[in-house]
Amino acid sequence: MAVRPLTPPTSEQETTSPKILPLSWDRLERVGAWGMNTSVCAFVYRPTTIEGIREVFEIARTHGRRVALRGSGCSYGDASLLAENISLDLTRMNRILAWNPETGVIKAEPGVTIRNLWQYVIEDGWWSPVVSGTMVVSLGGALGMNIHGKNNFRVGPIGNHVLEFELLTPKGDILRCSRTENAELFHTAIGGFGMLGCFVSITLQLKKVYSGHLSVYAFATPDLSTLFREFEARMETADYLVAWVDCFAKGKALGRSLAHQADYLPKGVDPIPAQTLRVSKQELPETLFGVIPKSLMWRFIKPFSNNWGMRLINWAKYTQGSTLGNHKTVRQAHAAFAFLLDYVPNWKFVYKPGGLIQYQSFVPEATAEACFTAQIEACQKAGIVPFLGVFKRHRKDDFLMSHAVDGYSFALDIPLTAKNRARVWELAKELNRLVIAAGGRFYFAKDSTLDSQTAHAYLGEAAIAQFRRWKQTCDPENLLQTDLSRRLFGDNF
Amino acid sequence: MPSRWKTAIVVGASSGMGEEIARQLVVQGCKVALVARRAEELNRIAQSLNTAQEKKVFTYPHDVGDYTQVPALFQQITHDIGGLDAIIYAAGVMPSVQPNEYNFEKDRKMIEVNVLGAIAWLNEAAQRFGQSQGGTIVGISSVAGERGRYPQPVYCTSKAALNTYLEALRNRVGRYGVKVVTVKPGPVDTPMTKGLGKLPLLIPVDRAAREIINASQSGKKNVFVPGIWRWIFLIIRNIPSFVFQKLKF
Ligand SMILES: Cc1cc2nc3c(=O)[nH]c(=O)nc-3n(C[C@H](O)[C@H](O)[C@H](O)COP(=O)(O)OP(=O)(O)OC[C@H]3O[C@@H](n4cnc5c(N)ncnc54)[C@H](O)[C@@H]3O)c2cc1C
Ligand SMILES: NC(=O)c1ccc[n+]([C@@H]2O[C@H](COP(=O)([O-])OP(=O)(O)OC[C@H]3O[C@@H](n4cnc5c(N)ncnc54)[C@H](OP(=O)(O)O)[C@@H]3O)[C@@H](O)[C@H]2O)c1
Repeated sequence: MAVRPLTPPTSEQETTSPKILPLSWDRLERVGAWGMNTSVCAFVYRPTTIEGIREVFEIARTHGRRVALRGSGCSYGDASLLAENISLDLTRMNRILAWNPETGVIKAEPGVTIRNLWQYVIEDGWWSPVVSGTMVVSLGGALGMNIHGKNNFRVGPIGNHVLEFELLTPKGDILRCSRTENAELFHTAIGGFGMLGCFVSITLQLKKVYSGHLSVYAFATPDLSTLFREFEARMETADYLVAWVDCFAKGKALGRSLAHQADYLPKGVDPIPAQTLRVSKQELPETLFGVIPKSLMWRFIKPFSNNWGMRLINWAKYTQGSTLGNHKTVRQAHAAFAFLLDYVPNWKFVYKPGGLIQYQSFVPEATAEACFTAQIEACQKAGIVPFLGVFKRHRKDDFLMSHAVDGYSFALDIPLTAKNRARVWELAKELNRLVIAAGGRFYFAKDSTLDSQTAHAYLGEAAIAQFRRWKQTCDPENLLQTDLSRRLFGDNF
Repeated sequence: MPSRWKTAIVVGASSGMGEEIARQLVVQGCKVALVARRAEELNRIAQSLNTAQEKKVFTYPHDVGDYTQVPALFQQITHDIGGLDAIIYAAGVMPSVQPNEYNFEKDRKMIEVNVLGAIAWLNEAAQRFGQSQGGTIVGISSVAGERGRYPQPVYCTSKAALNTYLEALRNRVGRYGVKVVTVKPGPVDTPMTKGLGKLPLLIPVDRAAREIINASQSGKKNVFVPGIWRWIFLIIRNIPSFVFQKLKF
């Protein structure tokens, strides 16, 4: 189980381009970025066992291909794509391997999704301590990016709740990693964007809950400064904090928002926890207003997917939130609060045909307000106003390739068209400069626009060198690559 | 609006229409793989198009008669250029044939290059595009395939075979969103037509390439280059056999 000593790559590995042998066309599929902003063709393999994964690595070797690991494909950009190579899709490795309802410790395969996870445990009174905005995400992908939730400021990223994982390296070793065994690799592979090996089992400590409901308090803030002040005041006590920012508003109203604080219910508050914890009580309704089937809802929003339509929606949402909905506290199911985005299936189709990018940056508390103000202004000046802006509080963590800071993140959903694409990339460059100057960071799960120089600037050469050493240890042939890794770190990581 | 390609293979790219199509695609921003036998010609073209900053052109010396090499070479190319939006099969030969000449070697060569080579390459493309549900296949045929004519029995046969093959491909993979384009040029000023004397309605090669690219990117299925040949051959196709037997063109 020990990690082998570091072996530098031979010059041959660096220089010869692999000899390609043909793979069966039956394997070829178009594989896309979640944001529909890019897609590639790749030969897709969906093994169900560890032996199956090993075979795929061997096929790659003998056929001159590289391998991109892929979970549910929820990364917005090219993080799990690799054109014309092998896409190793782990969604069929989806078994729960062990579950202890007394301790809340669960061991699962990497293709188990957050949906599978919460539905498996909730009736025993447990919930995943960290979840993303969609429950489609796989645990392998969640660790690959070290995802965060709306409670990042309180509980850190998902890596903080991993007790142990097993990593199958392309070399064929299975390395067990925890905070006590292979601890450095533990902190490198989590957030290691699929570069070091494939998580084949993941053991998580879940969170005990005493009700299927959260207490959710909604409040509106008239501008960005107020939002910052509110979050700073609330983060001592809140379990979750999130705000939606209207990026169309200007002047005094710049950064006005609708925010939510959610808190777990202490033991005894919910008189019928066995009922509220039922999966069926968590599930989102099948229809909107009891009539429109969820699957068709995106078609109703589609006519608004332009600057004027979105301006109207943002205005209406803020107006409703700052009047009728302001300072209201309600009980809401965990799933309903956590996965609001899943409520409208395929809502991203609103962004067809060009797709969208999400520009998310993480900026230290001291510089965040000025940075995000400048970001909104730059977007407005460029005439490329994000349709949605999401604001969260974070804290630092001890994972090598971390995206987190002691500060805030701002995620901007920017629609792409054939016409605006080049301008969006130009705008992203400008936003990058603001973030780097503010001492901020970026997140590979969301990224489409970073360049190598900016990635080096925020990660720092020392961290990259350390990561490279692990890459050479676990994957000396450089078998694991993605279009993102190539874009930011070159073909020879 | 015509949809531009990001990646393409041109088979028969070392001269004439293939070369010019490749050049114009590079100007559009497309990455192009050049395939033909003469490596030095391919290198000449690549050198004139690649810059220190950007490699847009990749070269693959290959004889289309080496059918068994095609599957591996095809995937090597798509791997190197990072995808495939279109393939243009422009390789072709038309040796000079006397009215009383029945030279099997020449005839076989025409079938090998104009038909079997096309099948070897485009079968790969059809499978790939069928799987990935998109892509464009362009076959450079000829007006010669419209009728069996006196001077070039097997050249006409080879182009007629290519037409039928392309039509069948379209019927197979068209339903998956794959575009199959049959291009039928009249005389074009290329090395193939050098020394053939004065040819009717001869057009320069850059015009032919431009028309072929435009039509293929706009989703046309059967393209005459230039368009006037559609009407001329509508008439020629309808000349009754007993009259056609008396003609020598
Ligand atoms: C609507 C929506 C909302 C989101 N909200 C949030 C949010 O609130 N917080 C947040 O942090 N993220 C969020 N995300 C991003 C998402 O959580 C991450 O992109 C996550 O990594 C996706 O997981 P996946 O299973 O889809 O993995 P993929 O996107 O397929 O892959 C992600 C990375 O993990 C690697 N990988 C996949 N499986 C394995 C494995 N078994 N072993 C090793 N590496 C592997 C891949 O190579 C890739 O680098 C959101 C995404 C969407 C679409
Ligand atoms: N010119 C016309 O008037 C005209 C009219 C109608 C149709 N066409 C057709 O248009 C196509 C292009 O012709 P062109 O006029 O551009 O002629 P060209 O300049 O002679 O080009 C022919 C191309 O085919 C390639 N080729 C020939 N044999 C090959 C082989 N065995 N393997 C690989 N490549 C081979 C040649 O490359 P290498 O020699 O380097 O291999 C060259 O690149 C042909 O199919 C032709 O039949 C031409």
